[in-house]
Amino acid sequence: MVTVYDRTPGISRRELFRRGAGAGALLVVSGTAVLSPRHAWGLETTALKPETMATLIQMARDVYPHDQVPDRFYAIAVKSHDETAARDAAHKELIENGVADLDRRSGAGGYRGLGWEEERVAVLRQIEETPFFQAVRGGLVVGLYNQKEVWPIFGYEGESYSKGGYIARGFDDIEWL
Amino acid sequence: MAASYDLNDDSVVVIVGSGAGGGTLGNELAQKGIDVVILEAGPRVEYDAFVNDEWESFAQLAWGDPRTTAGSWRVAKDFPGLPAWIVKAVGGSTTHWAGASLRFQEHEFKTLTHYGKIDGANLLDWPISLAELEPYYARAEDKMGVTRTNGIEGLPGNNNFKILKAGADKLGYKECHTGRMAINSVDRDDRMACQQTGFCFQGCKWGAKWSTLYTEIPKGEATGKLEVRPNAQAVKIEHDASGKVTGVTYADKDGKLSTQKARIVAVAGNSIESPRLLLNSASSLFPDGLANSSGQVGKNYMRHTTGSVYAIFDKPVHFYRGTTMAGIVQDEARHDTSRGFAGGYEMETLALGVPFMAAFLNPGGWGRSFTTALDHYDHMAGMWIVGEDMPQEGNAVTLDPEVKDKFGMPVARVSFSDHPNDVAMREHAYRQGTALYEAVGATRAFPTPPYPSTHNLGTNRMSEKPGDGVVDKNGQTHDIKNLFISDGSQFTTGGAENPTLTIVSLAIRQADHIANEMTARNI
Repeated sequence: MVTVYDRTPGISRRELFRRGAGAGALLVVSGTAVLSPRHAWGLETTALKPETMATLIQMARDVYPHDQVPDRFYAIAVKSHDETAARDAAHKELIENGVADLDRRSGAGGYRGLGWEEERVAVLRQIEETPFFQAVRGGLVVGLYNQKEVWPIFGYEGESYSKGGYIARGFDDIEWL
Repeated sequence: MAASYDLNDDSVVVIVGSGAGGGTLGNELAQKGIDVVILEAGPRVEYDAFVNDEWESFAQLAWGDPRTTAGSWRVAKDFPGLPAWIVKAVGGSTTHWAGASLRFQEHEFKTLTHYGKIDGANLLDWPISLAELEPYYARAEDKMGVTRTNGIEGLPGNNNFKILKAGADKLGYKECHTGRMAINSVDRDDRMACQQTGFCFQGCKWGAKWSTLYTEIPKGEATGKLEVRPNAQAVKIEHDASGKVTGVTYADKDGKLSTQKARIVAVAGNSIESPRLLLNSASSLFPDGLANSSGQVGKNYMRHTTGSVYAIFDKPVHFYRGTTMAGIVQDEARHDTSRGFAGGYEMETLALGVPFMAAFLNPGGWGRSFTTALDHYDHMAGMWIVGEDMPQEGNAVTLDPEVKDKFGMPVARVSFSDHPNDVAMREHAYRQGTALYEAVGATRAFPTPPYPSTHNLGTNRMSEKPGDGVVDKNGQTHDIKNLFISDGSQFTTGGAENPTLTIVSLAIRQADHIANEMTARNI
């Protein structure tokens, strides 16, 4: 069972970085978890390697980069791959091999070692037709954008029936035309 | 109170489908005292159970059973298992539709005459004219409470409409208003007025938008002459040795098969399922499927030439607030070949929520080109293009040779490729839509590809001559007197207009015809 929870990492910031934070990322792998020391959340993995999950989170952001959307929403968006991998060996292989391939194409520091988004995107462009990429990208369309907590970041108000619709809440409030 | 009929009662009219065609026909016949059983493949979801959530609603209402795709249309690549976004529930796609209720133009009933022969297109004149249909259009508009008809005022314009209108004015368009909508602008017919909630596509939780689910069907049931059987998926139409149809075999939700006997069968399962049912009903007497002596069952599949234009502005819009289809520009709906294509198109506002915008803005797209569009979601305006597409024999609903549904019946394969006329029209519409938004200061515009089809048409088309189509001007099949088609698959050509009003008008007209023929003992 993968859980996302808030916690303050129990190890020092220096220790976290020593254990291998990517140059461009603020995600840290510790034990079986991916940690975001700055934002105090963690994601534990069961089937996939935590390093793999950290790479998936970075990849998710590079595929659908929204600078105003915090990492934890990307983590939630890709955690289903860990759940699927736990019951489906083929999916586990698809993801682990896909990430390994991504790291191989990215040079000595691996995918997360590439500092600029455009460098990582250049690697993604090489693999965008692969089943691995399509599985990750396709899953994100619902996994990322169907999170109700993400909608306000885009200015989308979601459900409106319980509030009586917008008839008295600005359906025609445009003033700048 | 709702009727209940015995499976062996062979005096009933059995209607397959409860949407715009089937639901309307069922009520109209019941009002005349005729016994009706409607078989509906989906569940009965009342309007208070609808949800203001795009994916959750999709799971609740949409037809999600397997279908396959072929052809060069982009939907076949982006959504290979989802050629159409239509509904499997009581009320059919009238739960999901936006409410636009436009009459066809006169020339659109006679396209072969007005457009002439077009290479690769299978154009044909309808066997009826606008004049013949006008009285039924009037009855349908009254029944549905269409705004801007019968003295019903138009809906108020939301922010998305105001931008459309401002752009239309700048381009010199003359026919731009908040539409002729089957959405109450005032309380009417025991239904309340629109509360500008949005989520029209997810089913109107107020019941302000006309749907057979809470108008035709309960009214029909109140006569004691209509039974709606939900979770009843028709799998085969039965016939006797003389070739008359005798009933419909259907599967309940557990897969148990039953046969409801019938005096008359009317098929209204939308333009994908209706031809599929006729083809799946093939027998030794009708080896190519029922009513298919012409070979036209499933052919000439049309889906309207569609596309969307979304645009971003430097100030907020909140286009998702209010009626989804909140206004229309009709100036391009005319037939004017100086634009480089035959037929015309309507421009109608459209808004999607963040989840569906992400899924449909540029399916398969990724990276900053894609995400910076969504970053400005609340600064976005949008329109949908709906135009006449060319009927082509190669665009067809056929039986998939491999894939079967859970009842063992071959599923529909939907093949579609654009005609050059469709492409030219879409490009013109993208240019005009973009220009309209740029005229009001859009900083960026997105010509967005067609979604899975919502307007499915033409696969059992009307024709004067039996060799050219499947049904006559009354929707009665040329081959079998007591077999009717009652949905948009009757359309000989598609027109530029959203099809529901025409489907409802044809159903009202067909009910009169069926009642007369029953009285005369002709069927």
